[in-house]
Amino acid sequence: MAQRVGMEVSVAIGEMVRMADADVIAAYPITPQTHIVEHLAELVADGELDAEYIPVESEHSAMSACLGAAAAGARTFTATAGQGLELMHEVLYVASSMRLPVVMTVANRALSAPLSVWSDHSDAMACRDTGWIQIFTENGQEVVDNVLCAFRIAEDAEVLLPVMVHLDGFHLSHVIEPILLPEQGEVSAFLPPNKYPLPLNPEKPVAMGDFGPPFIYTEAKWAQEVNLKKSKETILNVWRQFGDSFRRHYQPVEHYRSDDAKVLLLTMGSFSETAMTAIDSMRSDGKDVGLIRLRLWRPFPFEELRQAVKNAEVLIVLDRALSFGGPAGPVASEIKAALYNQQTRPKIVSFVGGLGGRDITAKGFTEIVNRGIEVAQKGSKDEFEIFGVRE
Amino acid sequence: MAKRENELTWRELEIGVIATEPGNASQYRTGDWRSQKPVYLFERCIKCGMCQLFCPEGCVQQNAEGYFEADLYYCKGCGICARECPTMVITMEEEKE
Repeated sequence: MAQRVGMEVSVAIGEMVRMADADVIAAYPITPQTHIVEHLAELVADGELDAEYIPVESEHSAMSACLGAAAAGARTFTATAGQGLELMHEVLYVASSMRLPVVMTVANRALSAPLSVWSDHSDAMACRDTGWIQIFTENGQEVVDNVLCAFRIAEDAEVLLPVMVHLDGFHLSHVIEPILLPEQGEVSAFLPPNKYPLPLNPEKPVAMGDFGPPFIYTEAKWAQEVNLKKSKETILNVWRQFGDSFRRHYQPVEHYRSDDAKVLLLTMGSFSETAMTAIDSMRSDGKDVGLIRLRLWRPFPFEELRQAVKNAEVLIVLDRALSFGGPAGPVASEIKAALYNQQTRPKIVSFVGGLGGRDITAKGFTEIVNRGIEVAQKGSKDEFEIFGVRE
Repeated sequence: MAKRENELTWRELEIGVIATEPGNASQYRTGDWRSQKPVYLFERCIKCGMCQLFCPEGCVQQNAEGYFEADLYYCKGCGICARECPTMVITMEEEKE
């Protein structure tokens, strides 16, 4: 039986990677991801995890080493945050384009300048189009569960894509939570050995990441797009099987008191739990509001989102990142695009808030919802509003 | 040999466009890049092979009469052979197309 233990979420991630029996970990420490890789380095040094730990000189090298390891058929893990994710940027595309099943946790951190180690989603949004499967989580249990699921999804013969598991820096990475850590036997039963179909092998040579002239590039990119979209079937299937085995269930779009709600709030990441408290209090005041949380960011869950908002009149989207000079927060832009051609759709109101570790309290979420309803009724000349800025 | 790479559909690509057949770079028609082609005056040729030695593409071979000649499927028209030929056999001519 799984034990419920009080554990720092970063340490729990390391424990899950140990039970997943990762073969190679290449990582560069960066706040607030540091405790994840520190714990893994300890596990390897203490002989509790039989893996190659590569202490690289930068995140660019970390991801490059991960590519080589995954290409050789190793179960590969890394973690980063903020500027580190940015330094990896070009190699992220190579991992997905070469179909290498690397698993990475990102302890989401705001981007400089001014220098901020605190959490928001600007790092995640900057790598939106890198072709990785991307999952957002809202508490420690979800992170640990989805790290296990991520290995299974990434390495599935139908998928073979890298997976990012996003967790808010500090809000999740550094908190001690009661976490149900499964037994080794349960993990081993759920996660079959990694069998990369065409690994680097001197006996049977292959060439990876070759030159792609104009006559092949379009075909290569379309194959990649079709593959990422199709991966949703496997993701749903893995989450379903995870639910059967561990009794915790995950959906691309999660619902909270949203079924009959005329007003919906949409959040991602750890803010969702505070938002739930706000929804509860508004419900007890007789307000017709609910919450939906976007868990699967890539591939984007079009059908599930459309289904989730079909009865709503107002949809208020909170982004934790700016798209400078753009039409809305990056998440709100995508939600608008996903709903624009629908026969009926809610009015969409876009807010940006919670930047660089700025908290939004339950009271703050209530203010956002009330203001969102007002904007939906009266209209606004602005594409979006920023929440909590001092005038 | 299966289909040439420029005939493959997206469904037929190997995962991640991994190349599983060795030597498939030989299918790549680098001759497409050429704007000038080498033209030979073989009566001056002493068959020294300097052009073959200097060709960066490695596409110069001896023909049946023993003269050295570039394979235009690969020749990029760089003109190095014309420059190095000690007896000035080779001149570079503009491609017409």
